[in-house]
Amino acid sequence: MVTDVIFVRMSVLVFTIIVLFGAFLAGLLGSLTGLGGGVIIIPLLTLVLGVDIHYAIGASIISVIATSSGSAAAYVKEGITNIRIGMFLEIATTISAIFGAIITIYINPSYIAVMFGLILLFSAVMMLRKKVEHADNDDSGALGRFFKLNGSYPTPEGTVSYAVHNVVGGFVMMFFAGIVSGLLGIGSGALKVLAMDNIMRMPFKVSTTTSNFMMGVTAAASAVVYLHRGQIDPGIVMPVCVGVLTGATVGSKILVKTKPEKLKVLFAVVVAFLAFQMIYNGMLGKL
Amino acid sequence: MKKDVKRIFVDKDVQVILGTLLRFGVILSMVVVLIGGMVYLNSQGKAIVDYSQFRSEHADLTSIKAIFSGLLSLQGKAIIQFGIVLLIFTPISRVIFSVFGFLLEKDYMYVVIGLIVLSIIIFSLTNKLVG
Repeated sequence: MVTDVIFVRMSVLVFTIIVLFGAFLAGLLGSLTGLGGGVIIIPLLTLVLGVDIHYAIGASIISVIATSSGSAAAYVKEGITNIRIGMFLEIATTISAIFGAIITIYINPSYIAVMFGLILLFSAVMMLRKKVEHADNDDSGALGRFFKLNGSYPTPEGTVSYAVHNVVGGFVMMFFAGIVSGLLGIGSGALKVLAMDNIMRMPFKVSTTTSNFMMGVTAAASAVVYLHRGQIDPGIVMPVCVGVLTGATVGSKILVKTKPEKLKVLFAVVVAFLAFQMIYNGMLGKL
Repeated sequence: MKKDVKRIFVDKDVQVILGTLLRFGVILSMVVVLIGGMVYLNSQGKAIVDYSQFRSEHADLTSIKAIFSGLLSLQGKAIIQFGIVLLIFTPISRVIFSVFGFLLEKDYMYVVIGLIVLSIIIFSLTNKLVG
């Protein structure tokens, strides 16, 4: 396995510099596409640098906490995030993220790589898909009313109210998103947004910011399990989280100035390539 | 109606404080990680890395106790790990703070929901879950 890798014997300094640079690009790409840094840093660490996938997962989940907390800080102040929905669904995501983090060690790393590739492909498709707003203020769900999930958010045209639908369906989907997050060390934002946009029919802005708000707590729940198990290695996590956070910060500044719609196809191709690499190497048992 | 207006105000304050708390946690932990990173690179920069095989039994710094004892002897890796633990506690402290926020709003249903989330995380902190 080690012999397949380009860099076989590397000093700590060289490793740190390469990972720092790669993590910066991962954070930049992750924030421009909305995919998050984790889905790109894991292929980089495993495919290019030959790092065991369990270490890569541990490092990635820490970078998820850093980037999601950093951007949640800005969104929460704007008052778009629905904190009640976030807290309510965190019951599902924290339980399932811990569950995912526990079982990940019993699963053959090859299967984890293949699963990772499939989630990556799914995220690329979700990124390209035309978004259709389903939100309305048709207050029909009894559970949504009971848990006070219906809300409003500021827009340039004034405050818009919305009602939440299919709370049970959203909760179940969040449970699945949490398992994926704990199992693969990613934020699984694509699955969370699917649960909120399509199932619970929340407005885009609210669902993206609320999903981001939940990500930190979900990731922290599984990070604790990884930490106890020794999957969080400071030598890898240091360059990964510094690089991803810097890249994501730069990315969010660029995002305000440009419309990355045209770049999205290019990004999707890159992500799909990484996905096939993960699936291919996973099937060959190289990871 | 008057009650509604009041609720929005409290919500707004809580949101601003939550945002500040998250930002402060991220910045503080990153500073600690960077300091630890410099110490680590300075002392072990020339060592050869080997991450090709995950070995759970070789890992040190997997408990708060081990991290603190490494911190006292100023090991770079322990300082980084301490920064990482601070980062992990940032969203957790956000949950704790939200519970207080909901308590101020007298929204007891969400006080309970927040406490449920918190107890799930505390349960995972007990270190009985690693196989």
